[in-house]
Amino acid sequence: MSDELVFHFDIDGEDFTSAGQASVQIKKNLRQLGLPSEIIRRVSIAMYEGEINMVVHARGGKADVIVREDCIEIRLADSGPGIKNIEQAMQEGFSTASDEVRSLGFGAGMGLPNMKRYTDEMHIDSTVGVGTTVTMKVYFPVE
Amino acid sequence: MTVNELVRECSFDVICLADGDREVKGCYIGDLLSWVMGRAREDNAWITIMSNINVVAVASLSDVSCVILAEGVTLDDEVKAVAESKGINVLCSQSPIFETALAVSGKV
Repeated sequence: MSDELVFHFDIDGEDFTSAGQASVQIKKNLRQLGLPSEIIRRVSIAMYEGEINMVVHARGGKADVIVREDCIEIRLADSGPGIKNIEQAMQEGFSTASDEVRSLGFGAGMGLPNMKRYTDEMHIDSTVGVGTTVTMKVYFPVE
Repeated sequence: MTVNELVRECSFDVICLADGDREVKGCYIGDLLSWVMGRAREDNAWITIMSNINVVAVASLSDVSCVILAEGVTLDDEVKAVAESKGINVLCSQSPIFETALAVSGKV
């Protein structure tokens, strides 16, 4: 367990235009660790989608990226409104984003599907009125 | 072909050229940012008409080699400064998306 490396970020929910800062930072951090570029790309894109979701729907939250021997785990936790129907939210094209968010190029209903697409494991825990925690894992290729 | 060569061959305007020697491989077109992140490949040239700050983050995270803003779209100074600081190549085409794609086609 001592080999774990944890990066923690507080996601600011006030400023939609600055969303993505944590993902860009984690990308830099993972590059410094010399990890494979495809792994870094998958982790940072999955995290960015999660970050956008937290800003758009939950006024921010917390993100932890844990680098382990066999995988990278991303934990995103917010105290937002929760997801009423996870199965529906996972469908490509389903979105509850506002027109303002859509005008910025988001809200295409691709966020959660992209997070699933780019990670090997994804689990959503959500309670309406309490918040949502998304846990994702990207495994390193076996040599 | 490198981004520098693409600029010359296609007569694109340069908005910011942080890494002109970067190799361009293939092209992706789209304005919905999540769609782009889901589909664009590393080293693609990305043609879009979106120009807000999130474009810079998406370009960085998707590892595209350059963003080509079509229809003469340009960046605000603030967004341009962020693109420069993140090492993102941003070009501008005065043509619509279709003609811009035609110009790039066969070269990357």
